[in-house]
Amino acid sequence: MPAFEPPHYPFRPPIDDGARHSVVVAGGGLVGLTAALDLARRGQRVVVLDDDDTVSTGSRAICFAKRTLEIYDRLGIGAAIREKGTTWNTGKVFFGEREVYGFDLLPESGHRNPAFVNLQQYYVEHWLVEACLATGLVDLRWKHRVAGIVNGADGVTLMIETPAGNYSLTTDWLLACDGARSLVRELLGLAFVGKVFRDRFLIADVVMHADFPPERRFWFEPPFHRGGSVLLHRQADDVWRIDFQLGWDADPEAEREPERVAARVRAMLGPAIPFELEWVSIYTFRCRRIEKFRHGRTIFLGDAAHQVSPFGARGGNGGVQDADNLGWKLDAVLRAEAPATLLESYDTERIPAADENILNSARSTDFITPKSEAARAYRDAVLELAARHDFARPLVNSGRLSRPAVLRNSPLSTPDEAPWPEGAPLGATAPDAPLDKGFLLDRTDRNGFTLLVFGEGAPEPVPGVKRVDVPAEGVAAQRYGAGAGDTVLLRPDQHIAARWRRCDAAAIRGARNRALGRVA
Amino acid sequence: MTALDTSPRLDDPDLAFQSLVEAHRDLTPEQSRRLDARLVLLLANHIGSITVLREAIAAAQETGWDVAEAKP
Ligand SMILES: Cc1cc2nc3c(=O)[nH]c(=O)nc-3n(C[C@H](O)[C@H](O)[C@H](O)COP(=O)(O)OP(=O)(O)OC[C@H]3O[C@@H](n4cnc5c(N)ncnc54)[C@H](O)[C@@H]3O)c2cc1C
Repeated sequence: MPAFEPPHYPFRPPIDDGARHSVVVAGGGLVGLTAALDLARRGQRVVVLDDDDTVSTGSRAICFAKRTLEIYDRLGIGAAIREKGTTWNTGKVFFGEREVYGFDLLPESGHRNPAFVNLQQYYVEHWLVEACLATGLVDLRWKHRVAGIVNGADGVTLMIETPAGNYSLTTDWLLACDGARSLVRELLGLAFVGKVFRDRFLIADVVMHADFPPERRFWFEPPFHRGGSVLLHRQADDVWRIDFQLGWDADPEAEREPERVAARVRAMLGPAIPFELEWVSIYTFRCRRIEKFRHGRTIFLGDAAHQVSPFGARGGNGGVQDADNLGWKLDAVLRAEAPATLLESYDTERIPAADENILNSARSTDFITPKSEAARAYRDAVLELAARHDFARPLVNSGRLSRPAVLRNSPLSTPDEAPWPEGAPLGATAPDAPLDKGFLLDRTDRNGFTLLVFGEGAPEPVPGVKRVDVPAEGVAAQRYGAGAGDTVLLRPDQHIAARWRRCDAAAIRGARNRALGRVA
Repeated sequence: MTALDTSPRLDDPDLAFQSLVEAHRDLTPEQSRRLDARLVLLLANHIGSITVLREAIAAAQETGWDVAEAKP
């Protein structure tokens, strides 16, 4: 039985018409709530406006990648996600009647988090709401719809509609997290350009008590669904996600009919397995973004800024990383610890990340939905070869799992002085590793900078930098390519900002200043 | 340096040509296309270099007569 009952959060009539706030988030979805929680955990007051009064309808984003789990650990809801979600490491790929190959991702040990956890988006949003409320700093306003905007140089004024009448607010910073159909984006007249894929997919959340192993299964043109692909994934509460590729000519209205969906599912599972449909949706793909994410005092995050195809689970995961990137910067600006120009680095860092997600998800979609006879021939040839030859398996692209962006060439990073051939590159997210019976990432400063000190060597303490001692040998040292006497500076979002073979307090202060955008 | 080698390298060019053609005997156009695709993928993997592969793609594109005529 589905254990989740969508909550309905209380509507409160507006009481502060004309007020000014420092941060307003438009859209209380996955990304808006994450951004609000991040800022609140840093001590900022945030107003969240959402046109609805509940969480995501349907499972939507189900695959939460390792980096997202690390971010949610920092925000205090990681354990709940790990506990409730399901983890899988094995999968199978089928082509026609045959199994092409099976894979085992063999998780690397010594990380707090697995490569990903499958969980319905509504659970995560629900816990984000609770965590936001627990901070006492997030003012969640349900059924408050942003309807108009004046994006001024000194502040953003919003016209807001509620069931109890309209009002307006002004804010120093507006975080536009109002999703793929963003009204803020439309009102500012920003072009949202990219590729539309001429294909339709049917998504069904099915409740069943089958004893399939919790593995990912992907079928190309199976006998029970000729001419299309099918994806099966397990979520929490015995809910399974099934995606059917329908083709461009499918009639969305007819395909949504429960009878029709049930017939497709029955053909797939066989007559012996009873199931119930929990949620059905038909969607088309788009891969696109706005040109710049920051427009004066309005900053776009998540689907409002960029949209990808679901293959590779990059929509939700990419958006959460937007919030992770922006949170500490905006906090530093609000505290006057950093100049407002620091926010320019949100564009410099997150636009390449969005492009990487768009590229990866477009490639997966092109593999799954060949656009020409030649593309189909190559796709099918890859699958045929993969059944016999290992070399062809990496060419099978049914979605490449979301990985955190490496912030190459970030203006906030201090270039290496000495060669650093091993371990994570500069700008990467800090690798996790076992440390003192726990994990390294849990020891990093939740709000500020962290200095990893490998082995001996004791630079003087630097204000605003938490020191964590790490053994000069072992898994951590290996993952950072570090040895005795080396130090690594992590930003508040756990990206590697600088590292030294030998360093002093002045170098650390300099790198911290640079990461805060204080260097001209 | 990896670069596409376009000098004559096949020790028995006639047998190479004959083998390719014979592999397609009695195949429908669709089967032929898929065979060629498998062949290209096997050879691409054998070469193992994206640079050489892309040079080969470019060389193939440049030498197609229809393509050359369509160019301004
Ligand atoms: C059918 C489907 C399947 C998907 N599957 C996956 C998947 O498997 N993996 C994955 O990673 N991603 C998936 N996604 C994408 C993922 O759900 C999104 O990337 C993610 O929800 C983006 O979060 P967001 O907060 O930016 O936008 P949303 O979650 O869409 O949130 C936007 C919020 O803004 C509110 N809002 C909108 N307009 C206004 C307004 N004018 N005023 C106030 N509030 C407003 C909305 O009510 C909503 O709460 C899927 C999406 C869909 C639709």
